[in-house]
Amino acid sequence: MSDQRKQTLNSLQERFGSKIEMEERSPKRIYLLADKADVPDVIRFMFQEQGARLCTASGVDGRWGVEILYHFSYDGQNMIVTLRTLVEKPFLKIDSVANFLPAANWIEREIHEMFGVDFIGHPDLRRLLLPDDWPEGEYPYRRS
Amino acid sequence: MSYSVPIGPYHPLLEEPEFFTLKVEGERVVDMDVRIGYNHRGIEKIAQSKTWDQDTFLVERVCGICSTSHPIAYVNAVEDLLGLEIPERAKYIRSVVGELERIHSHLLWAGLAGHFIGYNTVFMWAWKYREIVLDLFEHITGNRNHYAMMRVGGVRRDILKEDIPDFLAGMDELNKKNDMLTKAVLDDPVLHARLKGVGVLSKEDAIAYGVLGPTARGSGYDIDVRRDEPYAAYDLVDWDVIVLPDGDVFAKAAVRLLENAESVKIINQCLKRLQSMPEGDFFIPVEDFPVGEGIGHHEAPRGEVFHYVRSDGSNCPIRHKIRAPTFQNLPSFKASCIGETVADVTLVTASIDPCYCCTERLIQVDDADGNKLYDGQDLIRLSQEKTERIRKQMKG
Repeated sequence: MSDQRKQTLNSLQERFGSKIEMEERSPKRIYLLADKADVPDVIRFMFQEQGARLCTASGVDGRWGVEILYHFSYDGQNMIVTLRTLVEKPFLKIDSVANFLPAANWIEREIHEMFGVDFIGHPDLRRLLLPDDWPEGEYPYRRS
Repeated sequence: MSYSVPIGPYHPLLEEPEFFTLKVEGERVVDMDVRIGYNHRGIEKIAQSKTWDQDTFLVERVCGICSTSHPIAYVNAVEDLLGLEIPERAKYIRSVVGELERIHSHLLWAGLAGHFIGYNTVFMWAWKYREIVLDLFEHITGNRNHYAMMRVGGVRRDILKEDIPDFLAGMDELNKKNDMLTKAVLDDPVLHARLKGVGVLSKEDAIAYGVLGPTARGSGYDIDVRRDEPYAAYDLVDWDVIVLPDGDVFAKAAVRLLENAESVKIINQCLKRLQSMPEGDFFIPVEDFPVGEGIGHHEAPRGEVFHYVRSDGSNCPIRHKIRAPTFQNLPSFKASCIGETVADVTLVTASIDPCYCCTERLIQVDDADGNKLYDGQDLIRLSQEKTERIRKQMKG
């Protein structure tokens, strides 16, 4: 089991080198830090080449921007790899991954309406959870 | 000529609000869209103003049917943050409660599904046998629903040795009834004709949409958190993951019914271990919450529940992300409903066992001019009439 994990992580590191920063909190929980420009490539590799499943993405609002964490589960390997990136304020824009990964469609819509992050190239960024008469420019999950 | 059929925001099947727009050409659905959010309560936001201990009971209110799934995922996440290993006794108790809930949820779904296709006998049976489970819940937790059994570091109540023989007898009774129900449903020729080949979700689509639970396993996508990332006592007992390749409504129903038998197996083994092991601690007190983050997931009856928490060292999480299985399962209607008839779409959307109070969330139908109206009862009638036609054809 753990050999398989090592192999997965090595191939990620070989493919992306210094573009990703890896942190191993425990054998089952790996956190990667990447620049937002590299995020679609890393996700494409994890989903298409490594067969990882996108569990969901979490948005976290902070002082400098909105952090987005894409949680991937490697089901046969008992491991969750979280890809972390920072979308800097005030221009909250990041490339969408929903075109090649339909599992990301709804969660990108949710982060869009809750945090005000624009996902460039998303097929359908309409509101998902907020009512139609909710005021524009108000983002309920922002901290300030 | 295509028409838009608005359905909602009241679901004819599950009494929860959602809004579907079906684009139909004649009887065929050519496109479909869904609008949710009528039930959004901002629980993630509330969680950030409650303490770590209070959140266990807040997330229990995310859903009334799988009310122990969210607490299990949440305590898994916090224990991941703490790096905490819970006592063995607590592990077995967590698995017992988790599996009992799976049986009650699957039986509830089987009953409703039976009703929607005009099989009220199945409805009566399934809901009657579900009572056994609810009685057992009341016996060990004090409640038929919202059990409040989980806490960070273990469980809140022990399962007493003297209760176990009655419990085992109840499981025995349930197993017999469930066995009978499963055979009756899986051998019924009318159900085969009505449900096979309807709303097929291919394995490729299942992977692309990241669907979960029985929806994934009914499409041959072999995932189950209980096996893939063992927590509680799932790696300490013997059981099998049920996977069927067909991807239609029948496969999803069969997966759920067969899973009940596996759950009974798990519970029986856990109870026997609880009976033979010495009494001891069933929780570890936790006082301090360090700075950091944690991820926890649990295989709920509908699929994986996912929780992410972040701590700044204070007594509240600064971020708590909750993802319920329907959030991943529902968008797959784009792959499974297009090309089906209106009477079948009702069934296909019900087959994923959608839970909108979890996801955050059919109904009323009229034509483009808004003059002809169907309500929820009419849609159920459409579905039941189709079963009746098949039944008559088979007799004839």
